Amino acid sequence: MMFPLLIGITLISFIVIHLAPGEPTDLQTQFNPKASSLAKQRLREIYGLDKPLHVQYLMWLKRIVLLDFGRSFSPDNRKVLDKIKERIPITITINILSLFIIFCISIPIGVLSARFQYSFFDKVITLFVFAGFAIPTFWLALLLMIFFGVNMGWLPISGLHSMNYQELSLLEKFFDMAKHLIMPLFVATFGDLASLSRYARSNMLEVIRQDYITTARSKGLSETKVIGKHALRNALLPVVTILGFSIPGLIGGSVIFETIFAIPGMGQLFYMSVMARDYPVIMGILVIGAVLTMIGNLVADISYAVADPRIRLG
Amino acid sequence: MRGFVRVLFGIILILIFAFGCSQKKAKEEGEKERGKTISASAGEPAYGDTIIEGSIGDASNLIPHISSDSASHEITDLVYNGLVRYNKDLVIEGVLADSWDISEDGLTITFHLRKDVKWHDGVPFTADDVMFTYKTMIDPKTPTAYSGDFLLVKKAEVVDKHTFRVTYNKPFAPALISWSIGILPSHLLAGKDITKSSLARSPIGTGPYKFKEWKTGEKIVLESNRYYFEGRPYIDKYVYRIIPDSATMFLELKAGGIDWMGLTPLQHKRQTDDSKIKKNFNKFKYLSFSYTYLGFNLLDQKFKDKRIREAINYTIDKQELIDGVLMGLGVVADGPYKPDMWAYSQNVKKYPYNSEKARELLKEAGWVDKDRDGILEKGGKKFEFTILTNQGNDMRKKTAEIIQRRLKDVGISVKIRIVEWAAFLKEFVHTKKFEALILGWNIPQDPDLYDVWHSSKTGPDELNHISFKNAEVDRLLIKARETFSQEERKNYYFKIQEILAEEQPYVFLYIPEALPIIHSRFRGIKPAPAGITYNFIKWYVPRSDQKYVETAQ
Repeated sequence: MMFPLLIGITLISFIVIHLAPGEPTDLQTQFNPKASSLAKQRLREIYGLDKPLHVQYLMWLKRIVLLDFGRSFSPDNRKVLDKIKERIPITITINILSLFIIFCISIPIGVLSARFQYSFFDKVITLFVFAGFAIPTFWLALLLMIFFGVNMGWLPISGLHSMNYQELSLLEKFFDMAKHLIMPLFVATFGDLASLSRYARSNMLEVIRQDYITTARSKGLSETKVIGKHALRNALLPVVTILGFSIPGLIGGSVIFETIFAIPGMGQLFYMSVMARDYPVIMGILVIGAVLTMIGNLVADISYAVADPRIRLG
Repeated sequence: MRGFVRVLFGIILILIFAFGCSQKKAKEEGEKERGKTISASAGEPAYGDTIIEGSIGDASNLIPHISSDSASHEITDLVYNGLVRYNKDLVIEGVLADSWDISEDGLTITFHLRKDVKWHDGVPFTADDVMFTYKTMIDPKTPTAYSGDFLLVKKAEVVDKHTFRVTYNKPFAPALISWSIGILPSHLLAGKDITKSSLARSPIGTGPYKFKEWKTGEKIVLESNRYYFEGRPYIDKYVYRIIPDSATMFLELKAGGIDWMGLTPLQHKRQTDDSKIKKNFNKFKYLSFSYTYLGFNLLDQKFKDKRIREAINYTIDKQELIDGVLMGLGVVADGPYKPDMWAYSQNVKKYPYNSEKARELLKEAGWVDKDRDGILEKGGKKFEFTILTNQGNDMRKKTAEIIQRRLKDVGISVKIRIVEWAAFLKEFVHTKKFEALILGWNIPQDPDLYDVWHSSKTGPDELNHISFKNAEVDRLLIKARETFSQEERKNYYFKIQEILAEEQPYVFLYIPEALPIIHSRFRGIKPAPAGITYNFIKWYVPRSDQKYVETAQ
């Protein structure tokens, strides 16, 4: 089932990215007074762009089956896997950390706002998370940079390491990196609190109205037990699905976010590859994304079964 | 809720203090360190320190013939040398070549190479390296965009270990400067596939700086070459830091994260006035090697009539564009050269803003507003056209908007269309499906303009995309590139500029100023027609002002 799906995904992606006007060779030679059209013809031959599209696709597919992602069309001509490999760790680190923080913050606040629905707390939290949702990333980032970076001088403004990173001890390296990650993580997290906390809140509201909660209360259980044990477990079930769906997202980065903090991650790589029509890199990232999506779905299905005995029976 | 926020805030504050303190301590120690050495005479050139330059883009390939982006070239210019180069006044001088002879007929150039040059790995540099570089350039397997000049070479020969000779079929004036390309180490590359060479990520050259490390998307670090044949550079380390967002870069500059960046006109004029920046930084200003123009598609019926092109030129107030778009930091372009070049002619027809004259010319050409809707017509057709420009260049967009308003005043309706770069080239420029476009050209230091203006260069992939064809210009272009005498070439280029000003295939708009800002501890920077980096190896920081002092050397 997975293989036809993968071939379908790659075929469609391959056609779509080749449909976009412009070729990698145009960008390297056009508007360069010293580039002759002969040079351009040579470049096209080197990259195999002179062959018909289906031949190009089959060539690509043949290589990918052997796990050879090819070499980038950009002037560096590096292996696609190398280019992805050097950028993936930081993107995954940031994404996992921010996902973790988002879960840690939004589930409790979602549950609490459900428990105290329409209270002052609920209203303030609603305002807070929606403000985070609405504030443009780059604007918030710039304000933080000006305040913590320039005026106060407490935090580094951009990048991942200090200039003297190499000379630091392991512990210092860890703190150096942590210091660089505070602002990016705050910005990444703040904007994403809204959806999950709202999700947790509405699920909780639904569960609280169920008969078994009334039963639990009438048994005389303490409120903490009712909410914490009986309601929470049921309310969190759908959250597991969300977790599964966020797996493919782990390798994707936001271009705006990475650009403003000068973090060399996957978002930038993908964006630059699209702009330069660097087909092998684009395809490489899409294939990895597709595989991760499928794995994510699988994980979601399995963990659902683990968490909910009712599903296992069916 | 309040409790929660307070806890969160508390955690953030604790973290900040923890990290903030460690940083402050380091700073204090650094200051103490500096205090010790302050007794050394202040202001004297001294070795040491690091300069950190901010760049929007990362390099792509550090073999300069394969990459064509400016970031890569900025690095490779420090790592490699050519046989010759332009000096600060844009006169050719020798680098790896001590001297050269040009034969009477102008067909043969003999380079006498320096004998005291070594590659960064210690191997001596010889004429074989030059030969190897030449062969690489003409090899069809090398994906280079710069082979054009070298395909004109008829014969290249290694005369002896330190003499290299090239012969051309026809005299070719830009030949000499074409040998300013970086010379590659033959002992590391010969017989290998250059596209897969490790030199692309860790170059080895003969230049003033040695490659140290490259962290993709983060930084490239170079170290001074202590045995550089023109003398050891004063600054020990050069860091090229990649910060893709210009607003972030500016904040980094203010916070001390970088020492050197190019400012936008707005930043130069309005945002760098406070006393702290004035004290810590020096701003420089020189004419950049580029101009912006409005080009007409000369295949379009509307623009065939010269009077129309002139009228549009009279309608555009160039100074207004400079004030509005560049905040006054630029000069009016009246041809394809900048005023401080020898090929620049001042005596060409100029088109100061004059809407009356524009209206007259349009009327003469038969465009009149009969239905009084504010738009001119001729033969039942309204005078409307679209100005095309590429996405991502805010200055071009603003320029188009100001032009749009001015043209509306005389009854020409203009639409603006902004297209992403790759699509822009493929769909509009190659196919010549445009009416007018706003673009810019780099101004090459050698004034040869053959590729942009010759009538044979109007093909779909070529640079004369407006299809300008003028027999006299063709003749002059060829004459000028086949003559070595600068005086003679000057006459030809003067005539070309006169014809271009007369014919107005482009409305030449402006030459922006380059606006670097550099930390004031760096001394010895002297702006010249060539810019500021020509004497980079002579920049220095007096010992007492050095910021990055390395402990172990």
